[in-house]
Amino acid sequence: METLRTQALTRRFGDLVALDQLTLAVEEGEIFGLVGPDGAGKTTTMRLLTGILEPSSGEAWVDGLHTVRETEAIKDRIGYMSQRFGLYPDLTVQENIDFYADLYEVPKAGRGERMERLLAFSNLTPFRRRQAGNLSGGMKQKLGLACALIHTPRVLFLDEPTNGVDPVSRRDFWRILYQLQQERVTIFVSTAYLDEAERCNRIGLLHQGRLMACDTVDGVKGLLRGALLELRCEAPRPAARLLREAAIGSVALFGDRLHVLVEDEARGRQAVEAALRAGGIALRELRTIEPSLEDVFTSALPGGSA
Amino acid sequence: MSGFRFSRLRAVAHKEFIHVFRDPRALGIAIVLPMIMLMIFGYALTMDLDRVPLAVWDQSRTPQSRELVSRFEGSRYFSLVASPDTYRDVEEGIVTGRVMVALVIPVEFGRQVASGRKAQVQVLTDGSDANTTTLALAYADAVVKTYSQEILVEKVRRLTGRPPALPLDLRFRAWFNTDMESRIFIVPGLIAVIMMLIAALLTSLTVAREWETGTMEQLISTPLRGSELILGKLAPYFAIGMVDMLLSVLAGRFLFDVPLRGSLLLLFGVSAVYLVGALSLGILISAKAKSQLLASQFAFVATFLPAFMLSGFMFDIKNMPPALQAFTYLIPARYFVVFLRGLYLKGTGLAELWPQGLLMAVFGAAMLILAIRSFKKRLA
Repeated sequence: METLRTQALTRRFGDLVALDQLTLAVEEGEIFGLVGPDGAGKTTTMRLLTGILEPSSGEAWVDGLHTVRETEAIKDRIGYMSQRFGLYPDLTVQENIDFYADLYEVPKAGRGERMERLLAFSNLTPFRRRQAGNLSGGMKQKLGLACALIHTPRVLFLDEPTNGVDPVSRRDFWRILYQLQQERVTIFVSTAYLDEAERCNRIGLLHQGRLMACDTVDGVKGLLRGALLELRCEAPRPAARLLREAAIGSVALFGDRLHVLVEDEARGRQAVEAALRAGGIALRELRTIEPSLEDVFTSALPGGSA
Repeated sequence: MSGFRFSRLRAVAHKEFIHVFRDPRALGIAIVLPMIMLMIFGYALTMDLDRVPLAVWDQSRTPQSRELVSRFEGSRYFSLVASPDTYRDVEEGIVTGRVMVALVIPVEFGRQVASGRKAQVQVLTDGSDANTTTLALAYADAVVKTYSQEILVEKVRRLTGRPPALPLDLRFRAWFNTDMESRIFIVPGLIAVIMMLIAALLTSLTVAREWETGTMEQLISTPLRGSELILGKLAPYFAIGMVDMLLSVLAGRFLFDVPLRGSLLLLFGVSAVYLVGALSLGILISAKAKSQLLASQFAFVATFLPAFMLSGFMFDIKNMPPALQAFTYLIPARYFVVFLRGLYLKGTGLAELWPQGLLMAVFGAAMLILAIRSFKKRLA
């Protein structure tokens, strides 16, 4: 069953098209990742779907409700964690959660139990009387999540939830999301981190307001035709320049490694070896690897950063 | 779709109370600022004129001239600060501001008075401040006239053996402010000005702060309604505003000795209505500005200046140009100033002051509705 659907959803700000004809559908209980660099239109999409921004054209439905005509009805059913989640720094952990529980009219009966579960779940129990402003970045994110979950939403919107959060907290955060998935909560998450995108069931690649691809992670990686070669050599920068000039395939630099996307594996290997030998650069290692999402981004997107 | 829920309003009010009480500086400003303003304006803003610095150049040096000078010295309106003996000294005193009024008694003054001829005295004043000068001149005129009258009476008594009966005798009595102290008149109006400013300043930050910190985006993604948010936000500031009002009334009574002749209950009832209007105006400004700095600056300009200058507190509305007079009807402080003065000085009640009360209620309701409408559950 589709929990979320958009039809040519478009939002313009003056001359800028922030989101261009987005059409996608998300199944119930799915973790869907909206992946793209800064300025791709991720936050705009989130705001359109949560009904806090009106589309310029196109339509969207969340849990069967229209985002413009039935905005207020949607708000009871969704949890939204904006990019800078609106915690009140002078309120304690407990008071922040209580405030959102009141706004969503969570019944007093059973509220305590749910609160205890959320606090335990996010390891915030020992800090319940601490003011939110004095929490670490990771704890703030988890408190934001707890606030967005207090009313047991059917759909959860998370806008770059782990931006600037340490890796341990990120892992904790995802553990919580997987538990929610067990409860059939649909999760729509945006991220600029590709390793995070790989944790989603399906992803949509967003670039300059346009959806470039939408599939499972493996499906998106499969969009890369040909083979991906990884090589190590001395002087990787001149080597990259050399390979680009030789037009062997698309070249991306990752630290001291180079990724080269070639059409045919065997011929590609020979061409790389020949080009480097001609340029006098010693090749240390050359192997064929599984593409990562980063490779998809750097080679599939026009203007994608390497 | 859920309708208005009191529980959500209460949740917002509870949160706002926490904001206020966990920020001692803000709370301190909310309580101390109106008191400071009341002190400064209450003591400094006096329209009474006494002890006008006076210079006397007595060229005559006769018993008659000394008598005139002693009458000036004896008046509580003048205080002799200089006795120049050249015009240059007189001029210097006035130019430097040490002297406001200079009395020049000519050489022949004593002789002329003694012989019953008409004598002239010259009064020079610093006319830069027209109002004060007019007052000072009126005082000087009164002193000279009294003296001149007494000379006349004495002359008649000497000729006829008994003093003449003066044809007219003015007996006046000032009602409501029998001692004619401007303080009694100023303090009630001052309360209206201060309450307007404080109320709008208090709330001008609340909505803008939510926009600045990003909590507003979160709030509009919840089922919270505009009326719940705005009324919830008003609650704690209304409480603080009423405490400020109470402190102002107490200060007026015990510090400035301004008696309240009307009903205390009516005073607080009308203050509550006025306060709702002022607080809502602050919220409206805050919602439109979306930035705390801009909102507080705008709230200051939009409330303090009109309330101070155009409410009839400082300047009589009847003396303003017609266009400005028409504009003053939009300023709620105008009604509250009249209401408070009536209540304090004359002890009048709703029977006389209902139009002001009604207009304040209209203003309050309009501002509240605009404030609630200003909350849109959409970005951009």
